[in-house]
Parts: sequence; C-alpha cells; structure tokens
Amino acid sequence: MTALIDLLDRLIGVIGLPEFLHYVVLTSIKIVLVLVPLIIAVAYFTYAERKIIGYIQNRLGPNRVGWYGLLQPFADTLKMLLKEIVVPSNASPFLFFLAPLLSLMAAFAVWAVVPFSENFVIADIDAGLLYVLALTSMGVYGVIIAGWASNSKYAFLGAMRSAAQIVAYEIAMGFALVGVLMAGGSLNLSAIVLAQEGTSVLGWFVWPLFPLFMVYFISGLAETNRAPFDVAEGESEIVAGFHVEYSGIAFGLFFLAEYANMILITALTVIFFFGGWMSPFAGIPGLDGTFIGQSSFFWMAIKMAFFMFCFLWARATFPRYRYDQIMRLGWKVFLPVTIVWIAVEGVMVAAQIGPWAA
Amino acid sequence: MFKNLIKTFLLTELGKGLSVTFRHLFVRKVTVQYPEEKAPQSPRFRGLHALRRYPNGEERCIACKLCEAVCPALAITIESDVADDGTRRTSRYDIDLFKCIYCGFCEEACPVDAIVETRIHEYHMESRGENIMTKDKLLAVGDKYADMIAADKAADAPYR
Repeated sequence: MTALIDLLDRLIGVIGLPEFLHYVVLTSIKIVLVLVPLIIAVAYFTYAERKIIGYIQNRLGPNRVGWYGLLQPFADTLKMLLKEIVVPSNASPFLFFLAPLLSLMAAFAVWAVVPFSENFVIADIDAGLLYVLALTSMGVYGVIIAGWASNSKYAFLGAMRSAAQIVAYEIAMGFALVGVLMAGGSLNLSAIVLAQEGTSVLGWFVWPLFPLFMVYFISGLAETNRAPFDVAEGESEIVAGFHVEYSGIAFGLFFLAEYANMILITALTVIFFFGGWMSPFAGIPGLDGTFIGQSSFFWMAIKMAFFMFCFLWARATFPRYRYDQIMRLGWKVFLPVTIVWIAVEGVMVAAQIGPWAA
Repeated sequence: MFKNLIKTFLLTELGKGLSVTFRHLFVRKVTVQYPEEKAPQSPRFRGLHALRRYPNGEERCIACKLCEAVCPALAITIESDVADDGTRRTSRYDIDLFKCIYCGFCEEACPVDAIVETRIHEYHMESRGENIMTKDKLLAVGDKYADMIAADKAADAPYR
C-alpha cells in the first residue's frame, strides 16, 4: 500500500505540477483507492447479508446469478439503476433529492480520517475523533430531510424515530469514545491505534475498556438503524420508515449510505478497541518476520469482516426492540454504564495502573 | 437479585441466542431448488382438470350435471344433448380455471369418474380466454395423461 502511494507520488511528480495541484491529484487518487473498494465491499456486504441470514435460517440464500449467486449484487444494482424514480406529488423535489446525497456524503466523508495501515490515511488530522463524531451526526440530516420532504406520514414517523434514536445513542457512543480518548491520549485515530501497540493482543483497548466496547458496538447497531434497533425502518410497523417514498437509485443511495455506515462502524470499532491494523500474532517467536506476524491492512480487513459478520449475526438472532425499550436502554443503561466506567478509568489513569502509559 | 444483575450485564441470554443461530449456520439446508428439485406429490393432488374415457374410447361423461351442481365456485358450465348414437352426452363442458378453487368436489360427485383433477400444476395462459377449459381441451388432457391418471386413481383406491 505504502509502496503504491510512493510510486504514484513519483509518477505525478514526473508531470511536474505545482505543489498544490500535486497534492490535489494525489489525494483524489487516494480517495478513489478508498471509495471504489468501499462500494464493492458494500455490494458484497448485501450479498453476504442475504447469504448468511439465509444459512442461519436453514435456507440457501441467493444462488442463481453467477456462481453461488456471486453476481447478485450487480443484478440488484442494475435493477435499481433502471427503475423509475417516483417523486411524490406534494414532495419538495429539491429536498427530496438532497436527502440521499446528504446521508451518502456523511457516510463517505468519515472515511477520510480512517487509517487503514500505518501509512495509509487520506487526511491524517489531529482532531480525527471529533471529526468522526461530527460527521456521523451529520447522517441524521439526510434521514430527517428524507422523511420531511417525502410528505408522507410513514416517512415522517420513521424519520422522527430514527432521529430520536440516533441522537440518544450518539451520547452513549460519545462517552464510550471519551474512554478511548483517555486511554489513547490522543484524538488522532492513527495515534490511538499506535497507543495499542507493543504487547500484542493484550495491549488492545478491549480488555481494560470492555464495557465501553460493548456499549460502543451496540450503540453502533442503533446508530446505523440495524436490527434489533431497526424501528426506524420497522417494515412490520411503518412500511419502510423514512425511505418509503424513494424508488430506483435514490433508494439505492440510502441503501449504499446505510451499508457504508455499517462498515464504518466496524472499522472504527477495530481502530478504537482492537488495535486497528495490528497483527494479533505480533511478538510470537517464529511468526514475527512472516506475513501473519506483520501489521498490515490485511489484519484490519479480517477484524472488520468479523464485526460485519456480527452485525448480520445479531440481525438474524434478535427480535426488534420496542421503541420505549430502545430509549430506556440508551438513556438509563448505556449512559450510566459509560459514565461509571469513565470514572473507574480516570482512577486507573491517575494511579497509573493499566496497560497504557498515560 | 445480584445474580440477576450479573446475568444482565454479561448478556448471557443474548449469548445463548447467538449460539443457537450460530449452530444453525452449519445445519443442512432445507431449500428445495424448484425447477431442478421438486417436493414429493400425493396421488390425490388436485391440479389441472381432465375428462376421461373408457378403454374402448367412449367418453365417460353422461352429462348428469352433478359436478355443475356441487361446484361451490360455479366454475363449471354444462349443456347436454342427444348424441348421434342416441346416448346422453355433453355438447358443452366448460371449466373456468379463474373461478375454480381446486376443491375436488366435482371429482367426488362424479358417478362415472369422468372429471378428475390431475397432478399437473405447472401450466400457464398466454392470452385471454385460455382460462376456459373447453370439453376438447379437457378430453385432450385426459387422453394425453390417461396412464398417469389411471395409476393415481389405482394408488388412491384402497383409501376410498
């Protein structure tokens, strides 16, 4: 990865652009390098979702398009691209089309600060964690505007539910990240990963911050409106929630944003709690020099894949929460748990006990 | 109470649920891949209708109109006439497949086992009017699948 970027850097250098343009071109290439695999990952995440949930329910899942149904996501995309986009007669067209773009923008923009390996990150900014929190909150605008602009009762109800839920869980999530911030001693995501280096698996923040990890991951499920917190969609209650009125590729963009957000949550979980790109086998004699012992994007991808599986696993297992129970869990369980654990952690940091050097 | 609290915070019940679904990932799948594989069918299956003949080629139906009378969906329309050989025969025997509810009462009512429902269920219509099974079409189905219908009748006979 690093070698590739260096090579590109030198190749662009050959053209002899001014420094500013050189930077713009290089960053654009990096953005493409992140977004294209991301979109493909989203496509195959939908396939994996149908396949894994099918298997859990003793079914086979899609297996007709291509080998074992591997071309199914492309068939779906093609179908959505060819379908008509219906605008409801009383909808506000500008806001109606702005909404999917807003949620997609928020879902994609966060990837700018996500470090994929030690040297590959689009924007290595110091306030990375704040940027993540800010942009994940931006996603709620897409949802609210979609529900409002559709001029439909169900869309409006779905948008309200979704907004209240996202706002509620944002707080528990933010507090969980405060714990990570205290442990890592930095707001820079790369620095947070590097703070977990050293003692291999034992250095990861999951162990000292286990309650915060659970809160963060479950809040992540709620943030992305995934089962068992999918009351915003709640197909048995309010049809499809905020995107009932969307069809064709406008719906497809919401879909893309939702799945990109899910992958983002897994990436952030890995970065904050599971040592990002670190190899779990680092420091074991014999494996040290080999590919398995080395830290690379490969390890990050494996850890992310595991948490993506957990998303689907949870969806296939748990029934949907009732709305008041969701609110109770967010405000009366997660919030106290995180606050207590932050206090405990504060004591640990002050007394210098714990795996981190604060 | 304390025990309960620990149980709640360690999410043990959720873990149990997850382990059940995880085990089911590896269970043998029950999907029947339809066009290639088919579920077994009973000889009593009630699908497309047919009119049968006697082995000597004579139509079984005697236009008694019991099927028309018993049909709960009023799907059967019969007109009768005297045939050239002086027997009582149907001049018209129509079944509207859109009205038919495939209850099998016509088959039960028939005193001469003329109208039957076969195990054929993969049929379609391509234009309007094809949903009406005329006498010719019914007889053609009966002729084409005569052996199958006879075998199904024989298999079911001990239970009647």
